[in-house]
Amino acid sequence: MIGAGGRSNRLSALFWRQPMLALAGLALPPVLWLVLIYIAALAVLFVAAFWSVDDFTGEIVRTWTVRNFTELAASPTYRTIALRTIGMAALVTLTDAVLAFPVAYYMARVAGRRLRLVLITLVVLPLWSSYLARVYAWRLILAHDGALNWGLRALGLPAAEIGYTNWAMWIVFSYIWLPFMIMPVYAALERIPPSFFEASQDLGARGGRTLRRVVLPLAMPGLIAGSIFTFSLTLGDYITPVLVGGPGSDFIGNVVYSNVGVANNIPFAAAYATVPLVLMGLYLWLARRLGAFEVL
Amino acid sequence: MERRATRILLGLWVALVLAFLFVPILLIALYAFNASNVQSWPIRGLSLQWFPATWANGEVRAALWLSIRAGLIATALAVILGTGAAFAVHRYRFPGRDALSFGVVLPIALPGIITGMALNSFFVFWGMQLSFWTIVIGHATFCIVIVYNNVLARLRRVPRSLTEASMDLGAGPWMTFRRVTFPAISTALIAGALLAFALSFDEVIVTTFTAGAQNTLPLWIFGAIRLGQELPEVNVIVLVVLALTAVPVWLAYRVTMDPDGR
Repeated sequence: MIGAGGRSNRLSALFWRQPMLALAGLALPPVLWLVLIYIAALAVLFVAAFWSVDDFTGEIVRTWTVRNFTELAASPTYRTIALRTIGMAALVTLTDAVLAFPVAYYMARVAGRRLRLVLITLVVLPLWSSYLARVYAWRLILAHDGALNWGLRALGLPAAEIGYTNWAMWIVFSYIWLPFMIMPVYAALERIPPSFFEASQDLGARGGRTLRRVVLPLAMPGLIAGSIFTFSLTLGDYITPVLVGGPGSDFIGNVVYSNVGVANNIPFAAAYATVPLVLMGLYLWLARRLGAFEVL
Repeated sequence: MERRATRILLGLWVALVLAFLFVPILLIALYAFNASNVQSWPIRGLSLQWFPATWANGEVRAALWLSIRAGLIATALAVILGTGAAFAVHRYRFPGRDALSFGVVLPIALPGIITGMALNSFFVFWGMQLSFWTIVIGHATFCIVIVYNNVLARLRRVPRSLTEASMDLGAGPWMTFRRVTFPAISTALIAGALLAFALSFDEVIVTTFTAGAQNTLPLWIFGAIRLGQELPEVNVIVLVVLALTAVPVWLAYRVTMDPDGR
């Protein structure tokens, strides 16, 4: 024991005198993992987008070509799918922002300490509960003889046939990513000192004006941080379109997945995947400039 | 303070949003006890018959076992890598520090198909067969950030004076780490590990690109729902998974909540 303690003491003393050694020991493993695996993988993806697949042998040809991109740009089908994906991601982000803001506001300003804790737990819990379970639940709810139509019939209303449509996708995406929006908005609102509200009131601003001129600008980083999640997660999803979308609800992810798995055309899939990649790159850069990372 | 009417309206809104969040989960839990194998609402009678039937399914058990093993190894890797990154970012100023804190978040901030597709083409590029280990590599990559965030948040809250006091009282750096720093971050570490496991246990999108012919539990569920087969078994598994992932998440919150409720 004494020997081991002595050795570890000497080792820790060495690290103490040589902080660079300690830093290397701490930072190198994650840096190497991320660079050698993840960044390298992204680089391969980016490069592969400029390769092609030999039509006869099905082998990947490693010569530079922009054929994948010209093919994508020329195809109205792929343009429609890309626009559908991006449009849905934007719509879901907006829906979640509207749903989340009053909840976050209530948590930050109205709820007492105990209730606030309960609400935080309740909001975060679905976030960690099975993604597939929650999508599947909506598949059952929205189905022809599901709970929604049962409820509508009980109220004497006509049945809603929205299972397997874009409406279903909109509901399910908004549902699944909602906690990702509530939490950062709450974090941003919670940081606003109560004196700001009083000051605004003292200066004669009514509720609506305070909301617009004081609360919203200060909540913005939270909304942007939340939107990173809702936008990116919707953009990169292909499970929900498969499970609750109908015919004609393909996302970028569906095309990518079928080109990797079934058609075995990785270069084409990679080229298509650069669309959300570039989009998210720009989005993250912009969000960083707007200070969204401070509230994450 | 907000006016009474505003507060009531806000409270109503919160109640509706909570109902929106939880009614589907409660509903799906009920379906597991459905006596019929037809998935319609209202369910036709209650029964426990699908629970033993699901456990008897060999494919389900194999998928569950694979998910647990992959989750445990990926979590262990994520704990090592994420803790190292958190300490490095917290304690030192070095070139590439910002890049590291950004790079850790990237696998989860970028859309799932990007991460999945990138890893897939990376494995293909190096001629690696998709296997158990490619699943583990993928999961570890996106789990690092969970541990990293938890540990870093805690490190920022532990006052620097604590370690200084320990050193002033004559403890060496190792002793200080073992007796002061480690106890201070241990619950954050546990919480990070539990949440990382929960994330790994549930992940579908990246896994579909890195799993090859094998099924993790979510992949099995996805396949079954898509094909509309074995839905009574799916109902049971989904309930069990909901209950099981609630445990680590609840524990994670229990161990990190301090008495001030932060």
